[in-house]
Amino acid sequence: MSTLSGSLGKPGPLGQAEALVAAPVTADAQDEPAVRRKRLPSRRRQTRAGRVLTVIALTAVGVVFLYPFVWLVSASFKPRGEVFDNRLIPETFILDNYVQVWQEAPLALWLTNTLLVTVLAATTVTLSSAMVAWGFAYYRFRGRGPLFALVLGSMMLPGAVTMIPTFLIWNSLGTVNTLIPMWAHNLFGSAFYIFLLRQFMLSLPRDLFDAARVDGANPWQVFWRIGLPLSRPAIAVTLVFEVQAVWTDLMRSLIYLRDSANFTVPRGLKALLDNFGFGGEWHWEILVTASVITTIPMIVLFFVAQKHIIEGVTAGGVKG
Amino acid sequence: MTRRENRAALLFLSPWLIGFAVFTAWPLIYSAYLSLTDYDVINDPTFVGFDNYAELFSDPKVALALSNTLFFTVVQVPLYVIVSLALALLLARAGRASGFFRTVFFLPKMTPPVAVGILFLLLFNGQNGLFNTALGTVGIDGPSWTTDPAWVKPGLVIMSLWTVGASVLILLAALRGVPDELYESARIDGAGWWRQFLSVTLPMISPAVFFIVVVNTIAGLQTFDEAYTAFFGAGNTTYGNDAALFYVIYLFQQAFQFLNMGYAAAMAWLLFLVIMVVTAIQAVVSRRLVHYEGGTAR
Repeated sequence: MSTLSGSLGKPGPLGQAEALVAAPVTADAQDEPAVRRKRLPSRRRQTRAGRVLTVIALTAVGVVFLYPFVWLVSASFKPRGEVFDNRLIPETFILDNYVQVWQEAPLALWLTNTLLVTVLAATTVTLSSAMVAWGFAYYRFRGRGPLFALVLGSMMLPGAVTMIPTFLIWNSLGTVNTLIPMWAHNLFGSAFYIFLLRQFMLSLPRDLFDAARVDGANPWQVFWRIGLPLSRPAIAVTLVFEVQAVWTDLMRSLIYLRDSANFTVPRGLKALLDNFGFGGEWHWEILVTASVITTIPMIVLFFVAQKHIIEGVTAGGVKG
Repeated sequence: MTRRENRAALLFLSPWLIGFAVFTAWPLIYSAYLSLTDYDVINDPTFVGFDNYAELFSDPKVALALSNTLFFTVVQVPLYVIVSLALALLLARAGRASGFFRTVFFLPKMTPPVAVGILFLLLFNGQNGLFNTALGTVGIDGPSWTTDPAWVKPGLVIMSLWTVGASVLILLAALRGVPDELYESARIDGAGWWRQFLSVTLPMISPAVFFIVVVNTIAGLQTFDEAYTAFFGAGNTTYGNDAALFYVIYLFQQAFQFLNMGYAAAMAWLLFLVIMVVTAIQAVVSRRLVHYEGGTAR
C-alpha cells in the first residue's frame, strides 16, 4: 500500500491504485443473493484422506511462512558469531543484543517519532476521509458523479508523478527534515479511504438521518452524532490500514527525514543496515534484533485487529 | 436540494477539494512543466524543451532499470497468482483449520518492507543462508542470491512470495462465493476435480484473479522498498547492484540524490505511460478471459 494516501504513492506491494479495480469485485460479491453464500461447506465431497492431505500440505506451507519469523527471533538471542548458524534454538542464549541495540541506536527516539506520526496520520486521515465520504454518501448535488470519479481516478495515479512537486511544496514551507510531511497530507483525506467509507455509509439506512434532521439536528450533528458512530466498522478498517501503512513507510521517510533524531523506525532500520550490514561493520545481530523490535508492533496490531484487517482486505481493498 | 444543503455538502467535501488541488492537480501540472526543465532545487528551473525525454532514450541506466523492472514484474506476477491461488484452494478445503492457516499466511504481510529487505539478505545469503541450507538438504547447490547478478532478481521474486497473504484472502473469499450448485451439476455431468476447476472455479473467480493481476502488476512496476533496502543507500558501496536497479529506485536517485528534478519528472511521466499502457492491455485481454456473472462485460 500503500498505503499511501496523499500524493506520494506507495510503491510497495499494496499500492493505492488498486481500489478502483477492486470495485467490480466487491460489487459482484454484494450483488449475489444472500442465500447463495450461506451454504454448507461440507457439501463439497471430500474424503477423510483428502482432508488429512490438505491439512498436511497446509502445515508444510505454514512452516515455510512462519520459519523466517522464528529464525529472526531466534537469531536475535544469539551472539554475533552464531547468527548465521541457522539453529532453531540458540546454542548460546543471550539478551545482550537487546541491550546493545538500545545503546547503538536512538531506538526509543525513533519509536516515539513513529508513534507520533502514526497517531497523527491515522486520526487525521480517518476524520478527513470520513467527512468527505459523508459528503459523497449523504448529499445529492450536481456533479457528484463526476467528482467521485475524480476521487477514484486520483487513486490510479502512480505516486512517482506527484512525488517531486509534493517534495517541493514541503521544501518551500521549510518542513523538510521535520515530521510534518510524514502525516500532514492526511488532513485532506485519502482517496482509497474515502471510497471505502463511502461504500459503507451508502449501506446505512437514510431514514435515520432524515429523522434526525426533522428533529432539528444540523448537518454536522447528523454526521458527527449518527453517521460517524454508525460507520465504526469502516472507520476501524481505515485506522488499522493507515497505522500499518505509516509504521512501515520507507520511501517518504527517505525523502523527508535527514537527521537521525527525526527518523521513524523504517528509516532508522535502513540506517542501521547501512552502518552494520555488508557495506559496514557486519554486526548482523544488531540488525536482526532491531528488525524484531520494528516488526513486533505490527504483529501485535494484527492480532488486536485481525477481524478488521481481514474484512478490509477481502472487501477488495488491498493496502499495506 | 436547497442552497443550504449544497453549502453543507461543499463543507464536507472541502478537505478533499483542497487536498486534490494542492497535492494532485497542481503537482501534475508542475511535474509536467518540470519535465521540460533542468532543475536542481537550488537554482531556478531552466527550460530545455524535450531534452529530458530525449535523454531517457539514450540513458543506458533507464534501459537497464526498465528491463529489470519488466523482468521482475513478468516473473513475479504469474508466480504470485499461482501461489496465492494454490494456497486459497487449500484453505477452502481446510474446514475449521482454515482460520488458523489464514492467519499464518497473512502474518508476513504485516512485516515492514525494510525488515523484509534485511531478511532477504540474511535468508538468501549464498554461503550460509537458510534458503540455500534448505536447498542443500535436497541436494541442490544454491546460487549466491544476494551477489550474483543473474540471481538477484529471482531471489527478490521468491522473497516477495512470502507476502502473498492479502491475495490469498481475496481469492479465498472469491472461492467461497462460487455457488455449490455449479459443482453439483458439474459432478452430475461427470466432471472430475481438474475439469471442475477449469470449467467452474476458474471462470467464477476470474474477476478476483484479474484484480490481483492488475494490482500486482502496478505494484511490481513501482517496486522499491525491499530492493532499495537490500542493495542501495549509504552502506552499499562494496559490490555492484545494477541487477537490482528498479525503475523507481533510479527515479528516486535522480530526484533526491543527484537532484535532477527535471529529469526525474520526465522519468515519472514515462513510468505513468508504461503503467497506463500495460493496464490498458490487461483490460482488453480481460474482456475475453474474465467472466462476470450476468455476462455483461464491465
